[in-house]
Amino acid sequence: MKSDFTPPIGKISNINGQCISLIGNDIDTDRIIPARFLKCVNFDSLGESVFEDDRKTLKGKHPFDLDENKNASILVVNSNFGCGSSREHAPQALMRWGIKAIIGESFADIFYSNCIAIGIPCFTLPKKSIEEIQNYCNNQSLLLEIDLKNSLAKSKDLNFNLEIKESSRKMFLSGEWDATSTLLDNKNLIENKFNQLPYIKFNTNFL
Amino acid sequence: MSQDTLFDKVWDLHKVSSLPGGSDQIFIGLHLIHEVTSPQAFGALKDKKLKVKFPDRTVATVDHIVPTDNQSRPFKDNLAEQMIEKLEKNCLEHKIRFFNIGSGNQGIVHVVAPELGLTQPGMTIACGDSHTSTHGAFGSIAFGIGTSQVRDVLATQTLAMNKLKVRQIWCDNKLSKGVYAKDLVLHIINKLGVKAGVGFAYEFAGPAIHELSMEERMTICNMSIEGGARCGYINPDEKTFSYIKNKLYAPKNEHWDRALRWWESLKSDENSIYDDIIKLDASKVEPTVTWGITPGQSISINQQIPLLDELSPNDKLVAEEAYEYMSFKPGQLIKDTPIDVCFIGSCTNGRISDLRVAAKVLKGKKVSKNVKAFAVPGSEKVATEAKQEGLDQIFKDSGFQWREPGCSMCLAMNSDKLIGNQVSASSSNRNFKGRQGSPSGRTLLMSPAMVAAAAINGKVSDVREFIN
Repeated sequence: MKSDFTPPIGKISNINGQCISLIGNDIDTDRIIPARFLKCVNFDSLGESVFEDDRKTLKGKHPFDLDENKNASILVVNSNFGCGSSREHAPQALMRWGIKAIIGESFADIFYSNCIAIGIPCFTLPKKSIEEIQNYCNNQSLLLEIDLKNSLAKSKDLNFNLEIKESSRKMFLSGEWDATSTLLDNKNLIENKFNQLPYIKFNTNFL
Repeated sequence: MSQDTLFDKVWDLHKVSSLPGGSDQIFIGLHLIHEVTSPQAFGALKDKKLKVKFPDRTVATVDHIVPTDNQSRPFKDNLAEQMIEKLEKNCLEHKIRFFNIGSGNQGIVHVVAPELGLTQPGMTIACGDSHTSTHGAFGSIAFGIGTSQVRDVLATQTLAMNKLKVRQIWCDNKLSKGVYAKDLVLHIINKLGVKAGVGFAYEFAGPAIHELSMEERMTICNMSIEGGARCGYINPDEKTFSYIKNKLYAPKNEHWDRALRWWESLKSDENSIYDDIIKLDASKVEPTVTWGITPGQSISINQQIPLLDELSPNDKLVAEEAYEYMSFKPGQLIKDTPIDVCFIGSCTNGRISDLRVAAKVLKGKKVSKNVKAFAVPGSEKVATEAKQEGLDQIFKDSGFQWREPGCSMCLAMNSDKLIGNQVSASSSNRNFKGRQGSPSGRTLLMSPAMVAAAAINGKVSDVREFIN
């Protein structure tokens, strides 16, 4: 875990860093952060427990334990990454370990929203390209420069056109991924909506 | 793009604005919170100097960390005690209704909200828990969110979201005897895969769905997320309305009439357009058991664990991982697999009808001496009802432990855990590696009736042999 952790704020347009490859489909959030670590009232100490059980099983050979990956910040994964529980503790743990962006074949919906909400852009690439990156990482370290404005990833040997939801891309570039204040800008519209909803009127004993 | 489905109607009704980035701002009609995913959200509110915008639209209970053996306070587990105290404090400070232990209304959040009449057709419902999809059984649009989104709902009662596509899953005919909603949903997830639902809301429809009770419908919608769909729903009908009627927070008198008129108008139009439609024959579904490490890795009770060659290239990687983790050989029969622990409970199958079905199998029988078996009612209300019906006694007489309500060994955040590489037969929803509290523990998902049958025989069994 990086001791100098500071959460991202504001506009995010470029992420440069070393890739860390994690091979496997359907890696669920219980594996990213086992439930026993959810017994906490803040996220501060989650970084050291990321993939705890998988790492113990592999006895130092898990990618998150390898010395050559200790400064990595771009996680490269396969399909349906982050499936299962909605626990934001999963991306929070990854972020506190040092992950700043994720590139994968596909992501589970709730995990993806959680990543966006805390400032971790998630990009997709076809299976073939992911395997190309993962094979490359097997032999040597891969330093990627991600340019969100143009959805490009560049390196010495490999270049990719990254896919990202247009709404997410715009939110990172404008800084609106931290959605609370944008949502609050519409406070009158929210009030109006509340007053229009049919069920607010007939649920008088709700209030 | 879908048109005129219930999902479209409820989404459009709740849309507050189109956000600059292209996503929608959606009003959340009912926000449910619990102790695990809310403390950081309240912390963030404090940091941003924000208040809870509509405290009446948020309802809290405590479920994930509660012990099920001894619920007296302070809890033996200091961290669990800290978490419940934090929730108590936050609810008090922000004037949020909280169903605490002993209130008579505490329980698993997805069991509690429907049984109190809080869950209603046409609402949007969000909760920091992936099984929020459960509430879709009432024709609401309900989905799980993370903690930052919990913060946003507390602060604004809205969320920034991209509209989902809609896939209709049409289930023809009806389930056979000894086959339950759990079997059907495991079958659906197996056929479609665990990621097919990404980007989709699932509409479950057809005669087999119409036939199901509300509690069975909740089981189906609950597991939408295991198929990748963060939202699953069923068009409301007479069963929905009569389930809600007279519940504590259900509309009463003239308000009921008004509610009913609106609810009756809420359904997908006959000629609505779906992004995708899947049809299957529910009468072909058999008692189903998972053999692997994802809820999609399931087979019928009399089938063999699939050979690698029988699987699609995409499924092979996880299958190889599963054979190794579960210590199963490809081609092996799932039936007669020895079981160490039997768990009946969870937001998937911890309701009164689940306990009734299991009790019927257990009545007059004994749990195998090699098995530790325990039943955890989904809520205080379920527990009370079960006791009134004498179900607790049937469980206890058979050798089951009868526990207090909570999430328990579904995710093992309390002291109910597997030990070492024990194998559990579980009525819960996830068979992920380490899910039930031991990093090498193994979970076989099945219906509560099948768990009861496994408890008696000490091995995976066909419940149909017990109910004739």
